Amino acid sequence: MSTTAKQNGLVKWIDSRLPIFTLLDHSVGSGYPTPRNLNYFWNFGSLAGVTLIVMILSGIFLAMNYTAHVDHAFNSVERIMRDVNGGWLIRYIHVNGASMFFIVVYIHIFRGLYYGSYKAPRELLWILGVVLLLLMMATAFMGYVLPWGQMSFWGATVITNLFSAFPIVGEAIVTLLWGGFSVDNPTLNRFFALHYLMPFVIVGVVILHIAALHQFGSNNPLGIDAKSDKDKIPFHPYYTVKDLFGIGVFAIIFAFFVFFAPNFFGEPDNYIPANPMQTPPHIVPEWYFLPFYAILRSIPDKLGGVLAMFAAIGVLAVLPWLDTSKIRSTKFRPVYFWFFWLLVLDCFVLGWAGGKPAEGIYVIVGRIATAYYFLHFLVVLPLLGKLETPKPLPSSIAAAVLGSGAAPAGARMEKP
Amino acid sequence: MAQSANQAQKHATATGETRRDFITLTAGAMGGIGAIAFILPFINSMNPAADTLALASTEVDIGAIKVGQSVTVTWRGKPVFIRHRTEEEIKTAEAVSPAEMPDPQTDKDRVKKPEWLVLIGVCTHLGCVPNGQKVGETKGDFGGWFCPCHGSHYDMSGRIRKGPAPRNLEVPQYAFLTDTTLRIG
Ligand code: FES
Repeated sequence: MSTTAKQNGLVKWIDSRLPIFTLLDHSVGSGYPTPRNLNYFWNFGSLAGVTLIVMILSGIFLAMNYTAHVDHAFNSVERIMRDVNGGWLIRYIHVNGASMFFIVVYIHIFRGLYYGSYKAPRELLWILGVVLLLLMMATAFMGYVLPWGQMSFWGATVITNLFSAFPIVGEAIVTLLWGGFSVDNPTLNRFFALHYLMPFVIVGVVILHIAALHQFGSNNPLGIDAKSDKDKIPFHPYYTVKDLFGIGVFAIIFAFFVFFAPNFFGEPDNYIPANPMQTPPHIVPEWYFLPFYAILRSIPDKLGGVLAMFAAIGVLAVLPWLDTSKIRSTKFRPVYFWFFWLLVLDCFVLGWAGGKPAEGIYVIVGRIATAYYFLHFLVVLPLLGKLETPKPLPSSIAAAVLGSGAAPAGARMEKP
Repeated sequence: MAQSANQAQKHATATGETRRDFITLTAGAMGGIGAIAFILPFINSMNPAADTLALASTEVDIGAIKVGQSVTVTWRGKPVFIRHRTEEEIKTAEAVSPAEMPDPQTDKDRVKKPEWLVLIGVCTHLGCVPNGQKVGETKGDFGGWFCPCHGSHYDMSGRIRKGPAPRNLEVPQYAFLTDTTLRIG
């Protein structure tokens, strides 16, 4: 059914010249048929989109009061907190929004892993997602440098120095990133410029991500293709309402942190102004980087550690070809089920080890967890697809959801 | 002339390539080169600017540094460690055989005068400032410096002995202008 049919003259006039209403209808309207059985894990895509908008808006207003200079950056942030009207609120929204963004996106990724959303024909959709993750990480990292506290400075030093691990060109790359001989004013300036730019690049890739999604539509908890009309319901109003409800719950959790625990995710050391002469005793990145940091430190070689850390994300990009199983949903993969939860646990262990000092038992735990991370993707997934006997798949989404007898009732519900 | 063009045309149709293909390719290649040439100045603008490069040397008065004492000075935005080493420290630094080190170097190659050790105080792993300059800080297993970030141990000559750092602490360019003035850079 087309929305334009029931719309007024002005809408029709515009739509025939610039089909924005049709586009909207086919993206999030009643003109977009969606599998009828999506559960709440399918909310996290729209949550990520909403968080992106919140981050861009709060960021723009912060930028109006921020000064990107080593002598003023720290104080300008403190001024936002104390003197700017509502500045504390905007900054706490932005700071906690970054953590919320990563929570949402990590759940979104594990949703994809559990229900096999990366498998054919959605490989490019998945790869665009990996690109988005990388862009988010770069943006978050550069944003963390801007307040110019101790963790900002030393985090920037350690991360930019990662590039010096590459032979021959390494040092030149680091100097290019710094614009000097150490992390200093030129570095802060360019990080601010790029931190402002990147979210808009992310918006661009999100549009591609959605375009790729709409090519085959959403995957679903059963992982089988939606074949007939009975398997689908229109996106609007069913999933618009479901997404809005999810956004409401999410906003409550978000607001809890903003108002009651605004520094829960932060590092107290970042309230000390940057001092290039003094490294804090224990440098840790923000929590969302900890698993990768643990992988970096697990390899006792500088270049090896850096390569392993990038490989940890790179391996996700080739995941569609590493997983040899044709079955998408873990519901029908009794053995993979356990490996999936083992991977989840493994990521938490990595995160825990990454937050501890690099010594003794923490290093050993980190190494075991790193080994499993790569084993999971490079060995378990390719083999398991060949060895595992999956459970029988239902014949269609409608049959599984409604039982075969109830199907006609479902069909009636679909078009009220 | 017309005839040879005609022949070329015939030859081209036979192999499936035409003069037009050639022109398209060369024009495309020129466009590509032009685009790269256009990008280069922008990338280059990110390299250190002239005024940043100009800050490249510092003079230090080392007359007041007693034997066994260390000071930290700033050079190019980085800490530089200057240590007035004791006889004993010099001996231990000279005694070990470099063969068993990750980045073998003799102590002689790292100093101009054995009693003065000058180092860039930046861990060669990922750039933290190692501890050991102040009294009471952990100096690591080899009595020199210890980087707390990922656990690199440096000895009394600033050489890496244990941990993830790949190279010894860098020795900057320096010169003794007089007995008590040191110029770094
Ligand atoms: S930066 Fe010194 S050990 Fe990593």
